[in-house]
Amino acid sequence: MRKGRIKIDRNRCKGCMLCIDACPKGEIKQGTAINKAGYNVVEFRNNGECNACMLCAISCPDAAIEVIEIIEDVKK
Amino acid sequence: MAKERVIYKKPESLTDVPFTYCWGCGHSMAHKLIAEIIDELDMREKVIAVAPVGCAVFAYDFWDFDVTEAAHGRAPVVATAIKRVHPDKFVFCYQGDGDLASIGMAETIHTANRGENISVIFINNTNYGMTGGQMAPTSLISQVTTTSPYGRDVKNAGYPIKMLELLSPLQGVKYLERVKLTDVPSIVKAKKAIKKAFVNQLTNVGFSMVEVLSACPANWKKDPVKANKWIDEEVSEYFPVGKIKDIT
Ligand SMILES: Cc1ncc(C[n+]2csc(CCOP(=O)(O)OP(=O)(O)O)c2C)c(N)n1
Ligand code: SF4
Ligand code: SF4
Repeated sequence: MRKGRIKIDRNRCKGCMLCIDACPKGEIKQGTAINKAGYNVVEFRNNGECNACMLCAISCPDAAIEVIEIIEDVKK
Repeated sequence: MAKERVIYKKPESLTDVPFTYCWGCGHSMAHKLIAEIIDELDMREKVIAVAPVGCAVFAYDFWDFDVTEAAHGRAPVVATAIKRVHPDKFVFCYQGDGDLASIGMAETIHTANRGENISVIFINNTNYGMTGGQMAPTSLISQVTTTSPYGRDVKNAGYPIKMLELLSPLQGVKYLERVKLTDVPSIVKAKKAIKKAFVNQLTNVGFSMVEVLSACPANWKKDPVKANKWIDEEVSEYFPVGKIKDIT
């Protein structure tokens, strides 16, 4: 399985939860942090399930999600 | 050691200023898609956008390319002038439904009829967002707004105007498509349609408009997920998504 992780820009996120709805792996949850604008931002769970599918980032209206693919080294 | 590769990030054509639109607002997604397309077409230096009066009046804070402002509803005539004086520039209008279909109706129809070589992105959120959710020409039948507290009554307010269907018979009009932003497949289709409208201008095809069925969670008094559901179940029932005209 492809592996990935996401980075959430807390200044841009508004906690709209559209990414939570979009993620097929349940890797995003409502967080506890409140940002400068007063929004309750979401958090990446980092359960090792993220496959860098980008569905969350495409669904994010606020361009707050960066998706990073993790390429494991193939041992010889 | 594992290597990492960024495969999705905020487009270059957006500034670092977070959008000030409400949570789940369709303007944010539309801004993002436009910025992604301008990056992909590598034409940031060539763009002049014309922003409306309405919530998107602040578009120039968020887009990292040239944006000018037009009086309420007048974006297409300002765009006409800019494009005629600078035919080498890429000029697009970005307008809400109050702006484009109400106060700017005359400018919209005549610009389309003249077949100006510009692109228009029309944000239909079925109300006047900025001023507090008043009824727009596009408000649905029976839709409760601050100026139709008992729901839009067609006996005194008429039927919601389908702008693309209205413009479709005009010979100057080359491309009309209606899209929504309610899930990933629709977002991908919306981006494709906006890109086509933009490429039409670059290849001198002529007047193109994309209508974006857009959420206004704040005035609809729905959370973003429910607002999208309402677009899928009600708004797109009356305003069907898809190509209305394509003679490109
Ligand atoms: C000439 C003029 N008339 C009225 C107004 C007040 N006004 C500001 S925004 C707006 C409506 C905007 O609605 P819409 O175009 O649908 O954009 P939205 O805010 O929903 O994105 C109105 C009537 C104005 N600014 N100028
Ligand atoms: S990239 Fe895909 S799997 Fe990873 S958090 Fe986003 S939606 Fe979930
Ligand atoms: S009032 Fe509506 S259109 Fe305006 S920013 Fe808020 S959600 Fe968007």
